[in-house]
Amino acid sequence: MSVLVYIQTLEGKATKAGLEVASFANKMNAGDVTALVAGSLSGDGELGSVGVSKVLHFSESATDNSQLSKLTHAAANSVNASTILFSGNIEGSSVAPRVAIAMNSGYVAGVTCLPEGKGFTRNVYSGKATALVNVNSEVCVISITPNSFGIKLDECESAVESFSAEIGSQRVVINGFTPTSTDGSVPLPEAERVVSAGRGLKGPENWGIVEDLASALGATTACSRPVGDMGWRPHHEHVGQTGVTIRPDLYIACGISGAIQHLAGVNQSKVIVVINTDPEAPFFKAADYGIVGDVFDVLPKITEAIKEL
Amino acid sequence: MKLLVCISKAPDTTSRISFTDGDKRFDESDVQFIVNPYDEWYALVRAVELVEAHGGSVTTIIVGDSTCDPIVRKALAIGATDAVRIDASPTDSSQVARLISNYALDKSYDIIFTGKETIDHNSSAVPAMIAECMDLPYVAFATSIEVEGQVSTLHCESGGGTNNVSVTGAFVLSASKGMAEQRIPNMRGIMSARTKPLAVVAPSEVTPTTEVSKFTLPPAKGDCVMVDADNAADLVRLLREEAKII
Ligand SMILES: Cc1cc2nc3c(=O)[nH]c(=O)nc-3n(C[C@H](O)[C@H](O)[C@H](O)COP(=O)(O)OP(=O)(O)OC[C@H]3O[C@@H](n4cnc5c(N)ncnc54)[C@H](O)[C@@H]3O)c2cc1C
Ligand SMILES: Nc1ncnc2c1ncn2[C@@H]1O[C@H](COP(=O)(O)O)[C@@H](O)[C@H]1O
Repeated sequence: MSVLVYIQTLEGKATKAGLEVASFANKMNAGDVTALVAGSLSGDGELGSVGVSKVLHFSESATDNSQLSKLTHAAANSVNASTILFSGNIEGSSVAPRVAIAMNSGYVAGVTCLPEGKGFTRNVYSGKATALVNVNSEVCVISITPNSFGIKLDECESAVESFSAEIGSQRVVINGFTPTSTDGSVPLPEAERVVSAGRGLKGPENWGIVEDLASALGATTACSRPVGDMGWRPHHEHVGQTGVTIRPDLYIACGISGAIQHLAGVNQSKVIVVINTDPEAPFFKAADYGIVGDVFDVLPKITEAIKEL
Repeated sequence: MKLLVCISKAPDTTSRISFTDGDKRFDESDVQFIVNPYDEWYALVRAVELVEAHGGSVTTIIVGDSTCDPIVRKALAIGATDAVRIDASPTDSSQVARLISNYALDKSYDIIFTGKETIDHNSSAVPAMIAECMDLPYVAFATSIEVEGQVSTLHCESGGGTNNVSVTGAFVLSASKGMAEQRIPNMRGIMSARTKPLAVVAPSEVTPTTEVSKFTLPPAKGDCVMVDADNAADLVRLLREEAKII
């Protein structure tokens, strides 16, 4: 038995999401952990630090999810993997289901904690329930919800081997890439801290106090849907049922009423803080900490207090 | 152009979530169902726009029992040409994907549209699975698409940004926010939807590879700790000392 983890790297090092899935694989105690890296790799990509004993490196270019799926399938066969793990981010969730079909195996998306045998727990109904899913096939293909398990250091010796496989041709041509955040902040789905604001801010010109708080906390900014729709903030910041789903450690909601469609995207946050002038705002029911007050008055005070830490 | 749009039935977000059958099944009683928002607002509307601009047809496909029919009529009212319902009660995504692929395989659709995820299962699995079953390229989380002859050019979300990509020939896409604006069906649409063709087809033989053994509702959230607005700095102390989060 062994576990294969599909790892994305950035400048030769495993990404945060990559280290998280590798940690998950290690803690499953289901045999040796092998990492598959397609793309830049320097040394072991720091994968030895989370218990990966072998790294398979595919150094040619592979960009299509169909190519990455063929590659993963070949690697899984070569190490005789019984579990194949991906991060549940966009790339992971476009490759993993393909691998499951190719290998005729069960796929469970968005797993949040360690399994019991072949029973995996995942969130469903936009975080309003969890499901225990049993896999009926021999091999299980799994994706892990980003930021749900965390990175668990467990230093070991990691051997790097080059790996090659027939992966077919590239059919989706990438013409260009535009990064969403120009300020270097962490993308929303991976962010550990998020400061979010809604219509209570009255207009885009008032976002300075939100950005100040976010930068003091090292947080990423987000917004409610109407704010995105009115063009006060870029679309990619919109969280909720029809926007991004996030699971940060800390979510601070400023001038957001807490409509059910908004909560659907944020209710898996570990700690929720709500600041709203209306004590009856529904968001308080989902909050851990609340302040009934005016954001224009309260936010600068919080920012100051954080700077003093 | 010949387009296929996969739609699914989803509980309205304001529905109370509860389970039955020893917590193995979602309790559908008193639940208002809608077309899964990503499928309707983004995938379907954009497919209809493309056919309005270039000519052709938009077929919707759903895997589900007859309780899906009102959803299918809604999609027809928005502008789909015709509809297919594969008469099955699927229990996992691979089953849905294989049933749709088996149906679509010999029908040479130019583009297969799906939503980025269903709001009940939140898997983002079906589109990639259809692509694998049919050996097609897959563009995930697309936020725009333009088509010129055989070449489609799309924007799609990717870790920390947006990719601009192009594909020649048939492919599968999943639609995310930005693709199109929501359309409210007008009276003419609603009237004509009643007579548009809805073909009910028998499912091919497919066995699911996973099963839900139990649904659980999360434990009730504890009380919210209120901090006085005049003492906002106290929040920071609580976050550090009590929640240990900063
Ligand atoms: C199918 C569907 C899908 C949807 N998807 C989403 C989604 O993904 N994400 C999403 O966010 N919404 C979504 N919505 C919209 C959602 O229902 C709400 O309309 C929206 O979340 C409200 O945004 P808001 O809280 O910013 O604005 P409002 O509801 O207008 O709330 C503003 C809040 O600010 C408070 N306030 C005002 N002034 C101040 C002040 N000075 N200081 C502090 N507080 C102040 C008010 O008391 C109020 O509670 C969806 C709706 C539908 C029907
Ligand atoms: N039962 C179904 N019938 C048709 N299409 C579906 C069905 N379930 C899911 N889909 C499509 O697949 C997309 C992703 O679903 P999921 O993998 O469940 O998150 C949805 O947005 C739909 O477009």
